[in-house]
Amino acid sequence: MIDLTLLASICGTVAIISPYVLVAFLGLPSLVGHPLTERATNRVSRLLITLGLVAVLAVLGLMLATGDRHVVVTFGERVSIHPHESHSLEHYHFTVEFEFDRLSVPLVLLSFTLCGIISAFATRYMHREPGYNRFFVLFSIFLAGMVTASLANTIETLFAGWELVGLSSALLVAFFVERASPARNGLWVWIVYRVSDAALLLAAVTLHHMTGEGDFDLMLGTEPWPYGRTALSEWQALVIGLLLLMAAAGKSALVPFSGWLPRAMEGPTPSSAIFYGALSVHLGAFLLLRISPLIAASMWLAIAIVILGLLTAAYAYLIGTVQTDIKSALSFASLTQVGIIVAEIGLGHWVPFLWYVALVHLLGNALLRTLQFVRAPSLLRDYHELENALGERLPRPPGPVAIAPLALRSWLYRFALERGYLDAWLRDYLVRPVVTVFRWFDRLEQRWVAFLNRRH
Amino acid sequence: MTLLSVPWLELAVALPLFGAIVIGRIRDPIISSNWSMAFTATTFALCLAAWAAFSIDPTAVPVSGLTLLIGRPVLMLDQLNAPLVPGIALLHFLTGLGTARTKMARFSISRLLLGAAIRIATFACVEPIDLCVLLMLGIIPPYLDLRARKKPTGVYLFHMGLFVVLLIGGLVASGTLAATLMMGAVLVRSGTVPLHVWIRDLFENASLGTSLLTVAPIVGMYAALRLVLPAASPDWVLQGIGMASLVTAIYAAGMAVVQNDSRRFLAYLVISHAGLVMVGMELHTVISLTGALSLWASVVISLMGVGLTLRSLEARFDRLPLTEFRGLYSASPVHAIIFLLTGLATVGFPGTSGFLAIELLIDGALSANPLVGVAVVIATALNGVAVVRAYFVLFTGTRHVSGVPLGITIRERVAVYILSAFILIGGFFPQILIDNRYHAAEHVLAQRNASDANHTE
Repeated sequence: MIDLTLLASICGTVAIISPYVLVAFLGLPSLVGHPLTERATNRVSRLLITLGLVAVLAVLGLMLATGDRHVVVTFGERVSIHPHESHSLEHYHFTVEFEFDRLSVPLVLLSFTLCGIISAFATRYMHREPGYNRFFVLFSIFLAGMVTASLANTIETLFAGWELVGLSSALLVAFFVERASPARNGLWVWIVYRVSDAALLLAAVTLHHMTGEGDFDLMLGTEPWPYGRTALSEWQALVIGLLLLMAAAGKSALVPFSGWLPRAMEGPTPSSAIFYGALSVHLGAFLLLRISPLIAASMWLAIAIVILGLLTAAYAYLIGTVQTDIKSALSFASLTQVGIIVAEIGLGHWVPFLWYVALVHLLGNALLRTLQFVRAPSLLRDYHELENALGERLPRPPGPVAIAPLALRSWLYRFALERGYLDAWLRDYLVRPVVTVFRWFDRLEQRWVAFLNRRH
Repeated sequence: MTLLSVPWLELAVALPLFGAIVIGRIRDPIISSNWSMAFTATTFALCLAAWAAFSIDPTAVPVSGLTLLIGRPVLMLDQLNAPLVPGIALLHFLTGLGTARTKMARFSISRLLLGAAIRIATFACVEPIDLCVLLMLGIIPPYLDLRARKKPTGVYLFHMGLFVVLLIGGLVASGTLAATLMMGAVLVRSGTVPLHVWIRDLFENASLGTSLLTVAPIVGMYAALRLVLPAASPDWVLQGIGMASLVTAIYAAGMAVVQNDSRRFLAYLVISHAGLVMVGMELHTVISLTGALSLWASVVISLMGVGLTLRSLEARFDRLPLTEFRGLYSASPVHAIIFLLTGLATVGFPGTSGFLAIELLIDGALSANPLVGVAVVIATALNGVAVVRAYFVLFTGTRHVSGVPLGITIRERVAVYILSAFILIGGFFPQILIDNRYHAAEHVLAQRNASDANHTE
């Protein structure tokens, strides 16, 4: 008799490992200065992404067959410290553990499916681009990060995936290395992600500090999602939840971090589609879904999430209506939905069924936006051909700004065109003061060095 | 005579000294470079043999001429320094290996070997007096480098003079005063704000190889572990080191973000990481100390990786200001990849050796004081921004066009690949490093507890 649970674990392991094997196959030859050819890159990508997808489908099938809704794949304790002194209560252990459940399986399926589609799309779109191999290496790192973050069963594992997604995103924004503008925007995206990562790292360490370990079991309960009950007190849930909300806000471009989203459109279209239309921008919402037991435990956390979600939805809707390029318009349309999804997750505190609604909403939005993004270049061409044939512009319905009262209209236009001044606000009141202070110290040090060196 | 009784450490110190004398007589830079490879590689092998002998029998006492001369063992290994000594030897070997032909004439191989001998002896030294003497001798090679390059030495002499005064004062004095003076010496040597500018000055004026080998191993941490931690110092001394280091970590990380010169960027990156490593001293719990020791090992390798990559780029493009996008990616993609990999390893990126070390350190810091944990997170976030900013400025922008191939050479490649391999192996198999450093942390804390007990009696 075949042990179905063991089989599910093996399939799960294959699903987790396959993106990392892809990273190794594509990355190591580049590291030694002999990148794979386009053809070999395509074959390896196709093979390993398909393998991962099939493995996840197999896990899903086995979960349905056995009725087990919580398949755990563990790579064991990577680090374990238990001081020898008997009086010491200190201990530390780091486990690499993944779980397949109602929440993670849909997202990881979505990740493999969309990455497979976009990989196939990119083989033609990126054909003979100088950075073809680099694109696929970063793409594979992104997939590895998504799979890791989606399936993580410890907060440290989640953090590892989270960072991989962030790094690959920032580097792909700066993909066109011969221009300075993508690099500047890539750096801005990276800075926002670092803030988000810092919040997640603090949450991870705070959790470790409060419970002695980073496993989700204590934070989110052992019951299958979304019925988990946290072992943390309400205040502990609020503290960790707020840190995680900040991490989610950075990753999902929620207010006040929304300014990086249009900047991210500097990257190639396939990466924009997969990152900012579909997967990356939803990762924050996914994190909030994952911590639903914390939301259930803390009303104040739920209220904060709802407010942030609604603010983001309203903001993104308004800004999206005045965008003049299709990728930015689509990204803000996507963000509007992300805001609503986040609000739904917060409202789940009172109506838990909304967590399912949010999950379905997330999946639907990701699929729709991917389609829209990859269709965008040809859609523009179709529009131009149609308008040329008609000899006039196609009619465009007025947006909310156009129908606003006259007194408000110009202010609203300015506000929307400047994207709510969020970037300017962050730059002027956060980045610039820090840079100014450190430059002042730098000048001071220069004078001190010059003074000491003068006599020698 | 058995293998365990061979004085491997004495040989590992004597060989580069002998090499420095021999190579000083060779005028051809390529021949002297090849000889230096042989000397440093053999030195590394001797250090490995010493480690192996220690692992087989930690109590074995080798037949040593130095011991017979002085009357007590001078160079010896214990849990703390056993892996550090071969590590230091390896760094010297890789620095020599990664020296580009264009720089061989300007980079003194004799001083490299002299420095190797002094630094290996320093890390192999346990007794406070011997260690202090070697720490003072360690000042000489960078000074000679500055003089040879006709660069100003005022900043260096001022700070190292202060270091020597504090160190001697710490040795001569007793009780709390001695602990305070030792703390001061350690803070100067590890480049703690506001006594850090000598590191910035050294990176700007000395050769990059010498600067890296002087500063990147964070000798101050070793001095703190040998001179301050076991000396029954009052807790406030350790807290003082920890708080000053914490301020340094954040300050230097912020400075690294705004630097307009690649060498200064590297200097502040080193200072910030030295600060982060020293933070673990304040907490002196086994977990935080394990984190600090693991982070120390990890950042030394990563910083050397960043440094050697920058040095290799400088050999092709001269000094690299960070004022404009330089577009070097197309000229040498391998440099770009290695720079990013080693740079991210310094900030504990997942999959690299520093990831769990930083986690352990922050975990230990949070246990002691939540604000310390927050500060460490801020410092690592700023360092991450500094590294990626430097990467973008150096490697993106209008393509650098050259009539000659500027790609990485085989020797440089081997040097940075070895460091990258350590980084990745440490990232995917962290237990090896953490276990080793955990035993070292226990050893150090046991020494401190024993010292405390003696003090109480």
